[in-house]
Amino acid sequence: MNITVCVKRVPDTEARIRISSGGADIERDGVKYVLSPYDEFAVEAALQLVEGAGGGQAAAGPAPLAGGAGTAAGDGRVTLVSFGPEATKESLRAGLALGAHRAVLLRGEPGMDGWATARVLASELEGGDADLVLFGIKAVDDDQQQVGPMVAELLGRPCATSVAAIDVDGGVATCRRAVEGGQEVVELDLPAVVTVTKGRYEPRYASLRGIMMAKRKPLVEKEAPAVEAGLVVERLDLPPARPEGRIVGEGAEAVPELVRLLREEAKVL
Amino acid sequence: MADVLAVAEVTDGALKSVSREVVSAARGIADVLGCAVEAAVCAGSEEVGGVAEGLAALAAQGADRVAGIEAAGWEPGRVDVSAAALAGHIRGRGHAVVVFAATGPGRDLAPRVAAKLGRPLLTDVTGVEVDGGEIVATRPVFAGKALARVRVKGTPALLSIRPNVFAVEDSPREVVSDVVSADAAERPDGYRVRGFEASEGAALDVSEAEIVVSGGRGMQDPSNWHVLADLRDALGETAALGASRAVVDAGWRPHAEQVGQTGKTVTPKLYFAMAISGAIQHLAGMRTSGVIVAVNRDADAPIFGVADYGIVGDVFQVAPRLAEAIRELRGD
Repeated sequence: MNITVCVKRVPDTEARIRISSGGADIERDGVKYVLSPYDEFAVEAALQLVEGAGGGQAAAGPAPLAGGAGTAAGDGRVTLVSFGPEATKESLRAGLALGAHRAVLLRGEPGMDGWATARVLASELEGGDADLVLFGIKAVDDDQQQVGPMVAELLGRPCATSVAAIDVDGGVATCRRAVEGGQEVVELDLPAVVTVTKGRYEPRYASLRGIMMAKRKPLVEKEAPAVEAGLVVERLDLPPARPEGRIVGEGAEAVPELVRLLREEAKVL
Repeated sequence: MADVLAVAEVTDGALKSVSREVVSAARGIADVLGCAVEAAVCAGSEEVGGVAEGLAALAAQGADRVAGIEAAGWEPGRVDVSAAALAGHIRGRGHAVVVFAATGPGRDLAPRVAAKLGRPLLTDVTGVEVDGGEIVATRPVFAGKALARVRVKGTPALLSIRPNVFAVEDSPREVVSDVVSADAAERPDGYRVRGFEASEGAALDVSEAEIVVSGGRGMQDPSNWHVLADLRDALGETAALGASRAVVDAGWRPHAEQVGQTGKTVTPKLYFAMAISGAIQHLAGMRTSGVIVAVNRDADAPIFGVADYGIVGDVFQVAPRLAEAIRELRGD
């Protein structure tokens, strides 16, 4: 089984966001970048599915420590694809160190318009041999939560979103979707597209051997095709500061006053 | 002038209240554009009549026309069928603007519809205006660490609104209720819903709740969560439990409850941060709440920097007293 995982490089969730002087972008200097956390779950899912050649078994226990030989065993291949700037290569190498086999960088600057991003990614994925294309459920920068299902439509493949666990058996992927109030079980005929959320998959750490081997794995770079964006960011602002709050008091004795304020001042009770 | 379409949500045959927010937002846009609002939802042949009747309630928020879209092959959970039918309906009627709810089902549905129409989609919008005939909307990015003002080029403009942000406005009118059929064939094959397993606890999603009671590491142990569950119960049916990343990572609470940049961004009317210190990525996910109450033993905890009201103290003393006081207030 071959799996392609589409990943995005984003500012670390602990990063403070400042607005650039142009006013329509963030200040990128000094910001630490990471693979979007949900993409890490998708990469782990892909590695486990390919290693387990069917899924369930390898996924039952904790992730193997340190990524074994640095490359997923079995016949299948895990390919990473990213649309992003040159520096994304760093994140792709990190993914290769975890055990992915090859990576493709579509060099460019993804913007707010996920439909534009979907078309860029689909141009690379069309005609590929991936049985499954995985995404993180969302990238934690723009948080539009849309590129996975859009790519699925472009490829004409069924798609399940918000999936916490995937089991593959005989050309069918059984997906457990995390939805309001529980889990919905959806079956997809392969080839298919899945967006992964936190659930079964605990991202592994790279081993030293994995990191060494990653240097020799293929990382293909190409220019992303030019696609016109239909969403234009006119301005970015920091959120308005919240009005100064107050400490109502200490301990349980302060509760009656808090309830009074919530009722009479804030009018929310 | 082409209509504004409000995509309603129905669960188990009942109209979800977020639909009223969607129609109110659509009404606001339509009033500027000078056009009508249609509210619609997809359903199967058996349900569609009842669904269309239920939608008529949206006339109170300004729907001029409501439509149950009959889609062959529809059953609960079949987002692929709904997307195909809805895209067909929008193509047929040529809506100028389509408004979805940024709920779980809405986030699943909207991108599929957008892709079928070959149109961009702006999700999780918290403010919208019409400028020069185009939609210009505000939405949080980096989980609320910044706000982006974004212009949508071309038509139809597709957007989803964040629950609990747009006020439900009364704008009653005469409504025409209708059942229309749409071709739902244009979709990838091979999507089957096999079942649903309910999880323990309330079905209300933390991102849709009007009141959120969140717990952090200061709760000390997962077995202590009954204290927060009791407070939630005292607050009523519109309240849900939330959690910090630390306690979800520790396996104390399910990820579905996680509030923050790697969880859900929430905008309840009232947010209780109980024994949560206030890491930057948690603050990002809840700072747009209406009123924030923090209870923490550490008077220097960053959470007090965003809280409207704070109590410095032991959550195990404060929370039960708070639940009791709220029950008294509500006369239970």
